[in-house]
Amino acid sequence: MFPNSPVFPPQASTLSHKVDALFFFMLGGAIFFSLLIVAVLVFFLVKYRRRHPDESGRVLTGHATLLEITWTGIPFVLLMVCFFWGAHVFFGASRPPADAAQYYVYGKQWMWKVEHPDGKREINAFHVPVGVPIKLTMTSEDVIHDFAVPAFRLKMDVLPGRYTTAWFKATAVGQYHIFCDQYCGVEHSKMVGTIYVMEPQDYRAWVAGQGAFGPAGGTVASGAELFVSKACTTCHRPDSSARAPILQGVFGSKVALLGGQTVTADENYIRESILNPQAKIVQGYQPIMPTFKDQLSEEEVIQLIKYIKDLKPEGAAAGSATAAPEAPAVPGSKS
Amino acid sequence: MSETVTASEAPRENYLNRDHSVASWLLTRDHKRIAILYLIGISIFFALGGLMAVLIRAELATPQGDLFPADVYNRLFTMHGILMIFFFLIPSIPAVLGNFLIPLMVGAKDLAFPRINLLSWYLYMVGASFTFVSMLWGGIDTGWTFYTPLSTTFATGQVLLTAVGIFIAGFSSILTGLNFIVTIHRMRAPGLTWFRLPLFVWAHYATSIIQVLGTPVIAITILLVGAERLFHIGVFDPKYGGDPVLFQHLFWFYSHPAVYIMILPAMGVISELVTCFSRKKIFGYHFIALSSLAIAVLGFLVWGHHLFISGQSVVAGTIFSFLSMFVAVPSAVKVFNWTATLYKGSVSLETPMLYALGFIGVFLIGGLTGVMLATLGIDIHVHDTYFIVAHFHYVMVGSAIMGYLGGMHFWWPKITGRLYPAFISKVAAVVVFIGFNVTFLPQFILGYLGMPRRYHTYAPEFQTWNVMSSAGATVLGIGYLLPVLYLLWSLKYGEKAPANPWHATGLEWQTASPPPLENFEVTPVVTEDPYSYPDGTLRPKEVPVGV
Repeated sequence: MFPNSPVFPPQASTLSHKVDALFFFMLGGAIFFSLLIVAVLVFFLVKYRRRHPDESGRVLTGHATLLEITWTGIPFVLLMVCFFWGAHVFFGASRPPADAAQYYVYGKQWMWKVEHPDGKREINAFHVPVGVPIKLTMTSEDVIHDFAVPAFRLKMDVLPGRYTTAWFKATAVGQYHIFCDQYCGVEHSKMVGTIYVMEPQDYRAWVAGQGAFGPAGGTVASGAELFVSKACTTCHRPDSSARAPILQGVFGSKVALLGGQTVTADENYIRESILNPQAKIVQGYQPIMPTFKDQLSEEEVIQLIKYIKDLKPEGAAAGSATAAPEAPAVPGSKS
Repeated sequence: MSETVTASEAPRENYLNRDHSVASWLLTRDHKRIAILYLIGISIFFALGGLMAVLIRAELATPQGDLFPADVYNRLFTMHGILMIFFFLIPSIPAVLGNFLIPLMVGAKDLAFPRINLLSWYLYMVGASFTFVSMLWGGIDTGWTFYTPLSTTFATGQVLLTAVGIFIAGFSSILTGLNFIVTIHRMRAPGLTWFRLPLFVWAHYATSIIQVLGTPVIAITILLVGAERLFHIGVFDPKYGGDPVLFQHLFWFYSHPAVYIMILPAMGVISELVTCFSRKKIFGYHFIALSSLAIAVLGFLVWGHHLFISGQSVVAGTIFSFLSMFVAVPSAVKVFNWTATLYKGSVSLETPMLYALGFIGVFLIGGLTGVMLATLGIDIHVHDTYFIVAHFHYVMVGSAIMGYLGGMHFWWPKITGRLYPAFISKVAAVVVFIGFNVTFLPQFILGYLGMPRRYHTYAPEFQTWNVMSSAGATVLGIGYLLPVLYLLWSLKYGEKAPANPWHATGLEWQTASPPPLENFEVTPVVTEDPYSYPDGTLRPKEVPVGV
């Protein structure tokens, strides 16, 4: 709408229009009421200016309770409108559509690493197709960062030791800033990147033209390779000699824990089960799994999670812990 | 008020001239002298913090980092925040004006615990010294918010030393709050019922409650950060099994109410100024008094609005947004009542009143943008950008310092016994107002454009607004410098002040300027409601009476 304008940021996602509409509503209200109060103030200043050094004000009689109630009530009603409208926008921004494509974002002092659904990787650059809902699952390798794309009105903290999620659907082809919005140390202001919104066919061509890995992505072993090389298969195997829960179909299911609680097997649960396996013990199994903390990088953990997500149940007898997959976890929810 | 003013000229002996020795100052138990000691302390740290602000704005005049390396820039904005918040804004109005005025306003000889009052000042100075030494020793680069695990594990600066400084200064704040609460409960003059108290006292009562209840939480939090840094106890850093967001909950549980520690006393000052310079009873006295308490209580329930995008659950975010809306209501009520006070008043634009009007102007902007930030759907875009920098400067610098300067200009004749030049001080008030708005209005635009806070370098398209902001900061700097010059000048060359130069109501105006050591010759007896100005003219009586 205002490309490269120094007054207003570009609107490049479905969310940006919703945030801006709310913003202009509140800005209009703020300006209206500010001007109203200033006008009344100035009017009083002039009308009731002191005309003689000994003059004092008039003593008002009677009660102003009705007036007090009015000017308490009207702001309250308007504030509630702002609250509900704001919550509505926020809920929409927090719930990714079920068909959103899954991308991963890693924050690290001081760069952004992005992983595409096909495993392609980029640093401080992020190519996305226009008009496709994209879900980001994000984590940090050190301190707290914040993934912000002003043109999308999108912002979410990126935490160490936990996954947070965000989603967007870009609406305008172009290049936009990625900023780190949470102060993260010396080169905080250099933790910036560019998001490239492309036509879907251009995006496909870009993906095809880059080889197996992106220009600066480096290589990370795939989840399937890690699953074997880290000896997960020794216990997590879909046969009678399994000493650990069967992982086929586990993602998104409800898992019954020792002690009676159940937990939804989302990214944060699987991450915790790999790095701190004693935290939640699945009912019917011994706490024998060793920790893989310090043995896996954040990116390798994600590879394993991706691999586990793709493990589909073989037939109906895929294990008692399996249930119908849940809707995607609400972004921002705690692990 | 039954007690009439005793003399129009200052008595031979007052709290300032009865003993000139250094020991009489450093060992004083007189709340008025302790207020002066605080004034000296906070002025030094305001000057230091202001100098850092100048350097920050100079660096941000261009998109590149040309004045300082990133590391130095980060230390500058961190120390700017720490000095301004913990060592200037939080003590400013309570420890200087509150200390000086609360015993006078309630008709007491001193605060309830004069020795503890002196201890508060020493704790403040010791805490400030630790922080100052840490600055000389390399400073810290965590931001004043100390977010973990950056502060516990990654930052290289003097985190521990600074944390110790803030920890110690926190006790100063707690003790001052405690002293005020006990004084207001126990030491009111005969006839001075709760609803005859000046609104300045109500505001400080509310502030003191926050100081006493909130400050221990930040003290504990800072201890935990120190312990985590030293011993890796695993409270905040996930590497040791901690939760980094827990820190933010603890930190903002204090630091959000701390915003009200800064703004409530300023609101108390504005209530005094608006009624005095309208020569009319303040409109909605009870609503203003109780809105201070409402803000103090509600202020403890809204900390989570700092965490909307921090990984806090959507449910928690929604609840905190809802609760935050309630805080806006008592603030709005105050603004409406101040405005209504002018109705049928006798309004004069003396210097303190200019600051009061300036306060209302910047507080409107600061408050309304605060509502935007409390709205989930807008915060998701402007959180951690210059929008929030502009917002909190409007509240904490614009409003709180306008209140502080307005109060200083109002009570300066009482404190020092001297008048300052009227014209130049009015010019300074206008310069502060203009300079402030030119500095911080552009930052709202920058924030909505997406410029993140705490950026040493920035995208070139943001430069225009940054240049404007830096230019405004120059004007603001001049505006803050002028009062320092003419107020100091007035100490020696200013005209002698009468007991009640503004024809104000209130017990503090019924004693001499400057007051005698024990404040009143005779313990005053209060027989009237506050702000009881006569109807239409002051003439029938020699001096206005009331309270």
